[in-house]
Amino acid sequence: MERYYQEEIECASRERIREIQDEKLVKQVRRVWENVPYYRKKMEEKGITPEDIRSCDDLSKLPFLSKADLRDSYPYGLLGAPLEDCVRIQSTSGTTGKRVVAFYTQHDIDLWEDCCARAIMAAGGTREDVVQVSYGYGLFTGGPGLNGGSHKVGCLTIPTSSGNTDRQIMFIMDLSATILCCTPSYAAYLGERMKEMGLTPEDIPLKAGIFGAEAWSEEMRQDIQKTLGIKAYDIYGLTELSGPGVAFECSAQQGMHINEDHFIAEIIDPDTGEVLPDGEQGELVFTAIDKEAFPMLRYRTRDICTLNREQCSCGRTLVRMAKPKGRSDDMLIIRGVNVFPSQIETVLLKQGYATTYQIVVDRVNNTDTFDVQVEMTPEMFTDNVGEISERQKKLADGLKSMLGIKAKVSLLAPRSIQRSEGKAVRVIDRRKI
Amino acid sequence: MSVKQISVFLENKAGSLQRMTGVLAEAGIDMRALTVAEARDFGVARIVVDDTFKAMNALKEASFLANLTPVLGVLVPDEPGGLDKLIRIFSEAQINIEYMYAFMGGKDSKHACMIIRVQDTEAGEQRLSGKGLRLLTQEQLAELVGH
Repeated sequence: MERYYQEEIECASRERIREIQDEKLVKQVRRVWENVPYYRKKMEEKGITPEDIRSCDDLSKLPFLSKADLRDSYPYGLLGAPLEDCVRIQSTSGTTGKRVVAFYTQHDIDLWEDCCARAIMAAGGTREDVVQVSYGYGLFTGGPGLNGGSHKVGCLTIPTSSGNTDRQIMFIMDLSATILCCTPSYAAYLGERMKEMGLTPEDIPLKAGIFGAEAWSEEMRQDIQKTLGIKAYDIYGLTELSGPGVAFECSAQQGMHINEDHFIAEIIDPDTGEVLPDGEQGELVFTAIDKEAFPMLRYRTRDICTLNREQCSCGRTLVRMAKPKGRSDDMLIIRGVNVFPSQIETVLLKQGYATTYQIVVDRVNNTDTFDVQVEMTPEMFTDNVGEISERQKKLADGLKSMLGIKAKVSLLAPRSIQRSEGKAVRVIDRRKI
Repeated sequence: MSVKQISVFLENKAGSLQRMTGVLAEAGIDMRALTVAEARDFGVARIVVDDTFKAMNALKEASFLANLTPVLGVLVPDEPGGLDKLIRIFSEAQINIEYMYAFMGGKDSKHACMIIRVQDTEAGEQRLSGKGLRLLTQEQLAELVGH
């Protein structure tokens, strides 16, 4: 039996959802116009005023926001509510030193946690469940989001945060955790470790997992489901929009339902910006229609996917998005962490390396491998092997502190990285997702 | 009186040593001594050749990273205690040997040739003089094992 956290929304008629969206959008555009000079200027440049936005039909008249706008307006430029009304920030791992810092009022936190609560109930969660949140807590949205959602449903919440695998397993076993929330690659790793410890799926009390923050394949889902003896649910979100829970999977496992009472989704042609008809593949764009502190209008996610408006067998009427096919810009998500080639470049330059480098990402046993290959330079080369090893270690340490995840550093012979005539090929992503 | 050794950076992957030997073969270079120092995922080939200048040019032309390192070439008698005598001199002088390697054969079958790398080559040379050990020049080394 399918469970809903807010059935009146999740299963509302399409007309009702449309009514909610029309009403909230008109109000939201007005508040942004009044409170966010940065966006108001963009609207003025397009020659539009709030009067031009009367319903969702007018959405495409609004200017886009992109990651570049977030950088340009950092940190307060897109604030839609007085700072004294804000109660929290969350942040991404950041690029070239500039992080995305998103603000939340109590209202924003509430709606975010509602979204996560919907995801937990869609995964079968009730107040009898024990939810272990193994996403990182802190600036990352994963931990706080699912933690809040779990509280809203009334589950017993185990806030283990990420890391310390043996302790994670101890809590799952000792407190009979039934729902696990973490990145899919960490779930796979936990499964592998439990298997090594001789635990069978029958021994493991978990029944469901809510996994997101990185791209993962259907094959990986099957694998995790089998090892842990659970049903694995996908969840989608971005810090810019709140965090996990912008969209979530139901028992049908046929795409993620977008929480349309809070976020309007569009698919556009990434090159022309034209809105594409339903079912066509393109870049996903979101408009947050009732967030106060960080009211993103037509935010370009860079995620490539399709929307499906067919009625879902779970009973929800919310539109579904397919798993994103990949990002249209250069950001990589490795082991759940955002990695930008520019960050790696910064570290290399700081340590005296050339910018001829390559990032090789692969997935071995459902865990991302991350190899930074850089060419040795005459200045760096010495007859002393220990000294070169020391440098190699220093580079690995520098990358770790910049990115927050460990990279393998390989030193290559000069000219061994293929030179490109146009844009350099910096990233070789061999992950098959 | 030191000998010039060529140190070459090698990636740790199949064929990279051969690429170097191929370049040297093509240039008609005769190697006198060779050793490879390896770290976890790279290596440094250390070679002494008959024509250092020509070898360096050929390697650089082929985009190898190579530099010259001064080392000492010493002949030690091929008999029990021969090497010990040499090492004792460095040990007593508190000179740290960074690395060393040996080769035998060539025209002189009564001696082994040691290639020794110390931080201060000059100090090393001074310590060795008058101790009855023969220090080799580049030419002598080339001559010793030549055809």
